[in-house]
Amino acid sequence: MSTQETEATQNLTLVQSVRDALATEMELDEDVLVMGEDVGKNGGVFRATEGLWKEFGEDRVIDTPLAESGIIGTAVGMAAMGLKPVPEIQFSGFMYPGFDQIVSHMSRLRTRSRSRFTLPMVLRAPYGGGIRAPEHHSESKEAFYAHEAGLKVVIPSTPYDTKGLLISAIRDPDPVVFLEPKLIYRAFRGDVPEGDYEVPIGEASVRREGSDVSVFTYGAMTRPSLEAAEELADEGIDAEVVDLRTVSPMDREAIVESFKKTGRACVVHEAPKTGGLAGEITATLQEEALLYQEAPVQRVTGYDVPYPLYAMEDYYMPNAARVADGIKDAVEF
Amino acid sequence: MSTLERDPREGMVQVLDEEGGVVGDVPALDDDELVEMYRNMKLARHFDTRAVSLQRQGRMGTYPPLSGQEGAQVGSAMALAEDDWMIPSYREHAAALVRGFGLTRTLRYWMGDERGNAPPEDANIFTVAVPIASQIPHATGMAWADKLKHGGNPENAYICYFGDGATSQGDFHEGLNFAGVFDTPNVFFCNNNQWAISVPRERQTASETLAQKAVAYGFEGVQVDGMDPLAVYKVTSEALEKAKSPAEGELRPTLIEAVQYRYGAHTTADDPSVYREDDEVERWKAKDPIPRMEKFLRNQGILDDERVDAIRESVEEEVAAAIEEAESSVRPDPSTMFDHVFEEMPSELAEQAEELAALREKYGDEAFLEE
Repeated sequence: MSTQETEATQNLTLVQSVRDALATEMELDEDVLVMGEDVGKNGGVFRATEGLWKEFGEDRVIDTPLAESGIIGTAVGMAAMGLKPVPEIQFSGFMYPGFDQIVSHMSRLRTRSRSRFTLPMVLRAPYGGGIRAPEHHSESKEAFYAHEAGLKVVIPSTPYDTKGLLISAIRDPDPVVFLEPKLIYRAFRGDVPEGDYEVPIGEASVRREGSDVSVFTYGAMTRPSLEAAEELADEGIDAEVVDLRTVSPMDREAIVESFKKTGRACVVHEAPKTGGLAGEITATLQEEALLYQEAPVQRVTGYDVPYPLYAMEDYYMPNAARVADGIKDAVEF
Repeated sequence: MSTLERDPREGMVQVLDEEGGVVGDVPALDDDELVEMYRNMKLARHFDTRAVSLQRQGRMGTYPPLSGQEGAQVGSAMALAEDDWMIPSYREHAAALVRGFGLTRTLRYWMGDERGNAPPEDANIFTVAVPIASQIPHATGMAWADKLKHGGNPENAYICYFGDGATSQGDFHEGLNFAGVFDTPNVFFCNNNQWAISVPRERQTASETLAQKAVAYGFEGVQVDGMDPLAVYKVTSEALEKAKSPAEGELRPTLIEAVQYRYGAHTTADDPSVYREDDEVERWKAKDPIPRMEKFLRNQGILDDERVDAIRESVEEEVAAAIEEAESSVRPDPSTMFDHVFEEMPSELAEQAEELAALREKYGDEAFLEE
């Protein structure tokens, strides 16, 4: 899959690149539509759909009633009829009222109908913590969706990837859950091509090459992972940082390849430890690269507690210091 | 006045009384269509009887019987235009056969064969939905897509079936609410068969009728005698027509409550004698749609003993042939388990498919099959 880039680039935040991807693809494909609570006139609570309502009209940028199951369930029906809906759930913590639609129908309509009906839809939601949000606004539940066969789960970490991955997700003939790390919605800018291009789903990206230890991460945790790697470079530890970009299907090849080079790994995610994707990555390394293993795989994750109110969240979320500690444990074993 | 414009608390629309006498306006169906309606109900009843028997003999898995509901299912499904869409729950075997789904497919589905869940390419029927009410938002979305794709003038109508229990679910409210807000070409068809497994209709809602819930969404609701196929045909036709061509200022969706009774169990896994009285069942059986229709047709001079016998025989043959076909077909190839998850199989799934293939090769299928 080649990446087509135009000459012109813009300097965008991650959330602006979400908007840019939607506008780009809506321009190219009239079957694409955006729907959800406040996505229209208001432009989305995080401004991810800003201006689209004016540009594409109320039939393609649809303010819906406040009903998550209704949003996801009607999108399933629309997609079955050939439209490409991109429903937004305002916060991933509010996906649960629509969970039945996601796991009972969105993920399995193709299987159930033996491919008579397919769902080219993308369910978008901001996810994750670190923005001092109220209760139920900070969860990382990507493991739920990665565990559900029939769904692809994409989590970008840069503005460039966000646009390319979201365009790929919209063009994908199968349903995609697209989780956007809201902590880094506006944390930095990056160059984003103006035209359309794809970043392939299911491929990891090596953000920093290194030879001593592999750090596997994704989403908002990519930044503290890189930060830790840079800090440890001064101490003589050369860490490789691999950003998964898609957590399902996971790029096992890239994970194993990196691990075979370093023999040590530290997996970083803000989701709770038990049943989290770090366990999945660790098991993959056991299966595929046991004889290369020099140290136990370290897991730097959120804790197995309901996401705390924000006075305590700095202790809950992994940061560069915790990542560095995990890397050192792997290296110094 | 359209029957849809009645106050849904005023009582049910009826065309035939319990003796098959005409008490309302008979819809404009020709003799062949009337006989077809009768035959479809006979076919569904016989199919149902045989399906329960197959389950009892261990030749089929859990099955949800439909007997008692033939009038609602056949009457409504026959009202659909060819391109209209049907979005069923899991008990619409009779409506499905009217839509050309095929009895063999229905049998296969309940025999655990995935191929039974694939609607034929040329029939506008959606897959069976098991989670209660979850198909209602789909129906709204499908109808909405039609409207959006055709500049606000949808081409087809979308009928969605569910039971009385479904009206307690959030998805019922969300689906109907969206339909009202976006004025989608939907007909919501509630098969009120009085029981959600063991819980009676009175425990689902304090509303006087289920049809009146439509008022909350801003569109019409109508209660119809669900064991009167002509009345069901009539109200469904009107609702489908309105969905496609509403009058000025009229909203497209309709909620139809078809009042009826499930004679048998919710599924073959439950025993209705635990939760309801036999005399209740007998009272409802007096309203049976099939003898009602038969009496009507005999009174009209359309049916006689000879034709009734011929229909019975052809129905028995058709069901026997479908059972033969379903039972004689080979099991689906296990590798197809992996084939319909994604359009393009991810490598890790391909590895799992290879793993199963290698295990079958190594140990033979007898290592897997219980029988």
